[in-house]
Amino acid sequence: MKTSMTMIQALRSAMDVMMEKDDNVVVFGQDVGYFGGVFRCTEGLQKKYGKSRVFDTPISEGGIVGVAIGMGAYGLRPCIEIQFADYIYPAYDQIVSEAARLRYRSAGDFTAPITIRTPCGGGIYGGQTHSQSPEAVFAHVCGLRTVMPSNPYDAKGLLIASIENDDPVIFLEPKRLYNGPFDGHHDKPVVPWSQNPLGEVPEGYYTVPLDKAAIFRPGKQLTVLAYGTMVWVSEAAARETGIDAEIIDLRSLWPLDLETIVESVKKTRRCVVVHEATRTCGFGAELVSLVQEHCFYHLEAPIERVTGWDTPYPHAQEWAYFPGPARVGAAFKRAVEA
Amino acid sequence: MSKGEPLRLHVPEPTGRPGCATDFSYLRLSPAGAVRRPEVDVAPMDTRDLAYSLISVIDAEGNAVGPWVPQIDIEVVRKGLRAMMKTRVFDSRMLMAQRQKKMSFYMQSLGEEAIGTAQALALNEDDMCFPTYRQQSILVVRDYPMVDMICQLMSNERDPLKGRQLPVMYSVKKAGFFSISGNLATQYIQAVGWGMASAIKGDTKIASAWIGDGATAEADFDTALTFAHVYRAPVILNVVNNQWAISTFQAIAGGEDTTFAARGVGCGIASLRVDGNDFLAVYAASRWAAERARRNLGPCLIEWVTYRAGPHSTSDDPSKYRPGDDWSHFPLGDPIARLKQYLIKAGAWSEQEHEETQKRLEAEVLAAQKEAEQYGTMASGHTFSPAEMFDGIYKDMPEHLRVQRQQLGI
Repeated sequence: MKTSMTMIQALRSAMDVMMEKDDNVVVFGQDVGYFGGVFRCTEGLQKKYGKSRVFDTPISEGGIVGVAIGMGAYGLRPCIEIQFADYIYPAYDQIVSEAARLRYRSAGDFTAPITIRTPCGGGIYGGQTHSQSPEAVFAHVCGLRTVMPSNPYDAKGLLIASIENDDPVIFLEPKRLYNGPFDGHHDKPVVPWSQNPLGEVPEGYYTVPLDKAAIFRPGKQLTVLAYGTMVWVSEAAARETGIDAEIIDLRSLWPLDLETIVESVKKTRRCVVVHEATRTCGFGAELVSLVQEHCFYHLEAPIERVTGWDTPYPHAQEWAYFPGPARVGAAFKRAVEA
Repeated sequence: MSKGEPLRLHVPEPTGRPGCATDFSYLRLSPAGAVRRPEVDVAPMDTRDLAYSLISVIDAEGNAVGPWVPQIDIEVVRKGLRAMMKTRVFDSRMLMAQRQKKMSFYMQSLGEEAIGTAQALALNEDDMCFPTYRQQSILVVRDYPMVDMICQLMSNERDPLKGRQLPVMYSVKKAGFFSISGNLATQYIQAVGWGMASAIKGDTKIASAWIGDGATAEADFDTALTFAHVYRAPVILNVVNNQWAISTFQAIAGGEDTTFAARGVGCGIASLRVDGNDFLAVYAASRWAAERARRNLGPCLIEWVTYRAGPHSTSDDPSKYRPGDDWSHFPLGDPIARLKQYLIKAGAWSEQEHEETQKRLEAEVLAAQKEAEQYGTMASGHTFSPAEMFDGIYKDMPEHLRVQRQQLGI
């Protein structure tokens, strides 16, 4: 049975399903217990499953991830929350040196089957520390999986798949998409997920496989590699420029679905990479590099990148920073006209 | 208000430097038997005096005295002494093997053998230890085969960790010995999480966390204390204060005019400060802390006062930063010598048995080394295949790693 859900409700439903299914799943983080999370993603879970399975933690990102790793070593399957991706850095040592390496360095003796949920991305006047997109710093770390959904259906299916996965997963949630899709037109009212088919979410268990991209919008003129909010911005740019773009929602950033990317670029012969994160050494650089390596003889134009500027995320200059449909559309035009 | 004198930055210094003796009066010592033994359900605040004194059992004459004399079978004490001796023999043999280039690196635990040994004996076999790189005595006393340890050290074809880890970074789940990481203090908070997991599942197992004096300055130390206190995690938080962090004296870690045990009290954790070179005191305090944790009474922090008698590692030369004869002046002596004296006095050991045990252990370690060397050394090139390098990063090998492995031509 399908129900209309926001991304928040879909994520909550994923945790609910997994806690019901597996006694070893535990949920914790700052304000996630009694209060149900500052974004309501864990609302009602503590009441349903008790304080030993869903609980509040001290404000200590390193501690939250560190205890999750210890619990994973014991045999639990923690699904933990870092309140904003901007605040994940104190846990960086635990994530990179410990969670990502534990299986390898112990030759499988110990593993870290943990999922770290964290709201990311801008477009909400979040300023410097409520808007960042730090995916590249995780995609670079061997042993981690980095995942980002763009809609409620994928959010639930990918989160269930992440919790079930035996590798550590960085699960980035674009908070701009929590209540409805956002195409970058900040001057227009937000349309809720209830008016979008991707807001139709099965109530029970299902998964969306990791390492599989989705063709969000089929097209012939160029391939767009995007994820999170930028999927919707790219769609708006295609609509507004009239360019028949094939938009690929990567969903899993790393390891990624190279086959779908290469197949599409070989067909369209043009490629634009779009992300909110800053440009230099951003994840787009890896995508550009992969496309160049695998599709060089098929490319008709240089690969374009539309990204956030190489600046900290500003407050007042939000819409000059955020790669909106105008900037993305301009890149589409450059790519097809080259 | 006057502007006053110019401010001055205080940078702590050890009293002893090469060519100049250490003044060990900074150690807050207490006579053997002098410190009280509270009930295991003591309120953390009521352990404040214990955090600023020193629990000792074996006195200078080798007698066990005071309220902390443990109820322990003499056979267990004998086993403890043998394990301590075995650890020391193992260390000295491996040091030599490193000098002979049979392994790239080694770290001794000279002078600290009592702590891991006695605590491991005070725990159950299925309690999980989260050690640093200097608790090899736990593996030794838990009878993990020395051959397997040496194979790890030599990164050879039988290395349980397949050549992926620096020597001494053991991982032995079946011996309750968590995978060692090069990153200091990280395991301290993980131990708390493991204990929390045991509590969540209604289990009876407890965790044993380990850290050195220097690494207490890492954020994960404070984090672990906070979480252990908040959730009353069943964990023993061990701080091995061996006075040195490589070349840095414990005062630079924050030990000047205070104790590491006191940090526990400040965080609402029952805390003890114990003579780390006194096997009986280590056993008694560990039993006390284990019982407290197992009875759901919460965590316990224990500062073990000891001395890092050897170099920090095979890459270190302590004569560049501390007196050459420092250990001989350390007031708490040598843990093996002290327990030997106690056991002889108790009529459960003898000089002859000691000598025979020493010889037998030397032969055992040598035999283990010979057996391990049959499976290769770094020098002989008998290590795991480079193909192993790509395995086990994820549960299943992703495509990009399969491609990279092929690019290596294997």
